Amino acid sequence: MPDPDSAGAPRTLGDLALEVRSKNAGPFWMTLEAFMPDEQAYRVADALITPELISELYHVPPASLQIFRIPELHVVKVSFPRPVVQGSLHDRDMHAGQHHVPLANTVVPAATAG
Amino acid sequence: MPDQCGPPDSVGILVPSGMLGAGFSPGTITRGISLGADVITVDGGSTDSGPYYLGTGTAKTTERAVRRDLRLLLAAASSAGIPLVVGSCGTGGTDSGVNWVAGLVNAICVEDGLDLTIAKIFSEQQADQLIAKLERGRIHALPPSAPLDAATLARCTHIVAMMGHEPIEQALRAGANVVLAGRATDTAVSAAFALMRGMPPGLTWHAAKIIECGGQCTTDPRSGGVFARIDHGGFTIEPLDPDAACTPTSVAAHMLYETVSPYTMREPGGTIAVADAVYTAVDERIVRVEGSRFEPAEQYTVKLEGAAITGYETVSFAGIRDPQVLRSIDEWAGFFTKTLTERVETVLELEADSWAADLRLYGYNAILGDLEQSPATPAEVGVMLLVNAEDQETATAISKLADPLLLHLPLPAMHYLPSFAFATSPAHIDRGAAYEFVLNHVVEVDSPTEMFRLEMTNA
Repeated sequence: MPDPDSAGAPRTLGDLALEVRSKNAGPFWMTLEAFMPDEQAYRVADALITPELISELYHVPPASLQIFRIPELHVVKVSFPRPVVQGSLHDRDMHAGQHHVPLANTVVPAATAG
Repeated sequence: MPDQCGPPDSVGILVPSGMLGAGFSPGTITRGISLGADVITVDGGSTDSGPYYLGTGTAKTTERAVRRDLRLLLAAASSAGIPLVVGSCGTGGTDSGVNWVAGLVNAICVEDGLDLTIAKIFSEQQADQLIAKLERGRIHALPPSAPLDAATLARCTHIVAMMGHEPIEQALRAGANVVLAGRATDTAVSAAFALMRGMPPGLTWHAAKIIECGGQCTTDPRSGGVFARIDHGGFTIEPLDPDAACTPTSVAAHMLYETVSPYTMREPGGTIAVADAVYTAVDERIVRVEGSRFEPAEQYTVKLEGAAITGYETVSFAGIRDPQVLRSIDEWAGFFTKTLTERVETVLELEADSWAADLRLYGYNAILGDLEQSPATPAEVGVMLLVNAEDQETATAISKLADPLLLHLPLPAMHYLPSFAFATSPAHIDRGAAYEFVLNHVVEVDSPTEMFRLEMTNA
């Protein structure tokens, strides 16, 4: 949804998506999903979301990632082991429900932002 | 429940909500029964709210809400003459959780004059029996966990095994009207009755996965119940709220929810495989699914969940509004940790590795920590200090030592003592034991029912 206050600001994946969300997949895994509105936006997400990007944003090794590209739903889904086990002393997000934000805030290259 | 001559043409499953005690409108049940429900199923637990509930064997849902939901479900199941299956009773699925729900069910049956046969299926495990299995090489780690050792099993306050559909089917065949299961896979709870009646496994397991979270598979996830009808060529899903809809996208997308993979999901006896499933709109609010498969595994495995005490905790909270401190909040936090560490060592004479603390700057970077990319200077910060120590007395002592720092610690360059904003008096709260999930392992079994204990009673 275009935000009038952000005219001219770089567009993020979150701006283009219907929803970017994150959640536990059991106590030991976390999963992120970018729901895109149409095929064009899906192609942007598909190109943007690479093992390198996720590794950099979430400080996890690329080899630990599982990335699912689902064109029929316009969704890219990424799962990886939780760096901090759910509920342990240093876990600040019990349901991993706020961990989508680094991905959602990723700026989409201008040429592909549509 | 006796077998009939071959499987029926279809089986209807009513799921009133994603969680027993979450509440649903009575109309949800009326509509589900009028659609021809053959069974009512509801999940009573999850690991999603953290290790405390399994660790303590207590429920996250409140008794009043669970009793209210049970009263409506028992009345509906009894008058329709169909079974009610509740899975993962009492959140963690411990024996105490099963007995807690059973106590509520018994009381309701007495109060409301219901004559029902109730099955309790216990899934709690003893560490010494599991250690014997471990020694025989029958317990394996799931990624990303390390191989299990006996000490980890011995540390757990509660261990549960996740049952598949077979123990529930056993209870239904023994004549149970109400099945109160300990820890079960979310899917097994909804799949058991249909599998017992001979419906196709791939379709049944997939349908069970779609409906286990109630309205989550609809266009309005807050809408509550859903209804599935499984036949021999596919299944249909519809919301029980007439204002909500299932669309091919909302149903297909549910395989993403809280799963590692959107295409496969392991159950004790095999894998649900939905990559070839086809989702078709029957009308504007009903979806039909075909093509889901179930691939039986060579070895039946039962997953373990266990929670252990990691220590005892005290949480403290203070607010900072002073712009001068907020401009250098990272420096302040570093100075706080350094000062507290020194004071604990000199005043309490505690070894550095005998306690731990997590300092969280809410309003700045508490939630994402190192993953936060150059956060702006905040207008205010809530400082949470979480202390973990070997016993409560020590955690409290460390927190009391931290108290004047939370109130007055200046930046290193400041020439006066600021006073920050305590939100409460005292600023700290003892949390008691803290727990952590420590098991992510499966047990090879010879029989799907061997780790579970069935008790039948008449209410």
